[in-house]
Amino acid sequence: MASGVRPRVKAPRSAEAGEVVTIKTLISHKMESGQRKDSDGNVIPRSIIHRFTCEFNGTSVIDVEMQPAISTNPYFEFEAKIPEAGDMVFTWYDDDGDVYTETKSVAMA
Amino acid sequence: MKFNAMTAIAAVLFSVPGLVAADPDDDNLVINGEIEMTTKAEPPAHLDGALPEIMSGWHFRSDETQALQMDDFDNSGMIFVDEGMAQWNTVEGSEEKSCATCHEDPSSMKGVRASYPKWDEDAGEVQTLAMQINDCRENNMGAEPYGYTSGKMANMEALIAVQSRGMPVDVAIDGPARETWEKGKELYYTRTGQLELSCANCHEQNYGNMIRADHLSQGQINGFPTYRLKNAKLNTVHARFKGCVRDTRAETFKPGSDEFVALELYVASRGNGLSVEGPSVRN
Repeated sequence: MASGVRPRVKAPRSAEAGEVVTIKTLISHKMESGQRKDSDGNVIPRSIIHRFTCEFNGTSVIDVEMQPAISTNPYFEFEAKIPEAGDMVFTWYDDDGDVYTETKSVAMA
Repeated sequence: MKFNAMTAIAAVLFSVPGLVAADPDDDNLVINGEIEMTTKAEPPAHLDGALPEIMSGWHFRSDETQALQMDDFDNSGMIFVDEGMAQWNTVEGSEEKSCATCHEDPSSMKGVRASYPKWDEDAGEVQTLAMQINDCRENNMGAEPYGYTSGKMANMEALIAVQSRGMPVDVAIDGPARETWEKGKELYYTRTGQLELSCANCHEQNYGNMIRADHLSQGQINGFPTYRLKNAKLNTVHARFKGCVRDTRAETFKPGSDEFVALELYVASRGNGLSVEGPSVRN
């Protein structure tokens, strides 16, 4: 597992039915592009998070494919309409096979 | 037609002075809608009129960069506070201790960032926060010291700084610290390098002006450690000093050297009254 990976999510704890809410996510990750060389001239192998998804009660909200030019600590902000109370599941897929997840519950206001 | 052309020319003429002067703005810094920060204040008495008002570097950045510091989720520096928290609870060294073993919750560090660097009676010298952290690691934990400007040191400084956010910087410059402070003041006004620039040439005489593409601030250090967008990491005070002296095309002092410790005390004292902002966000 890449070191120092810590997902974080900011989402409202409650919402009105049908309300559009803003969700912010950030995961700390070095996002090594695979283009750089170390001091001995050897290529540093690529190690990035290549996919990020968000699902609400099993329905896909957003599904993002990432490429090596994405910055370190990738940040995503997006809006989602909340139809009902439920769980929002955020998933990040690392090149090395690790999967990081975070869940946030949204109640009805 | 002619009238339109005239107004267009007038608009260009009027807009240009604003671009050139690039004055600091008058926005208010409130973090998370809760913590109100003092980003402009009366200069401390020792400045003796050298600055009409002291101002955080936050005022010299664009609205977009400023916004990043106004919400902890948008502030990438907070990532490193989390890293610092993990370090705080990690047992290291021959004594089988972590920071938490003695100091419990990091909230016990409230106020610390605001008063450092300060005179240490036992050591008989002025100590920076970084020196104090390493002193603790070596003598109380039996652990390896952090590199002076290393990532782990910056993380720990950020964790300690964030406890004091919003408190006014208040470093003591009297008593035994006076001698070091005088030395720092002399360094501040000493020209270095092939460009023969002192700190004061840019940060006292020309703050608010552009130095090529950069907007010069007053060089206040109340926001350190600082997350810089240019290198996507936390930057420590001494690393910034080193960068600045290097930019004058001089051989720099070493981070952690007596010279930089003295300079840090002096520069910190120039910001007495501004809120601790660390970790701040700059470009």
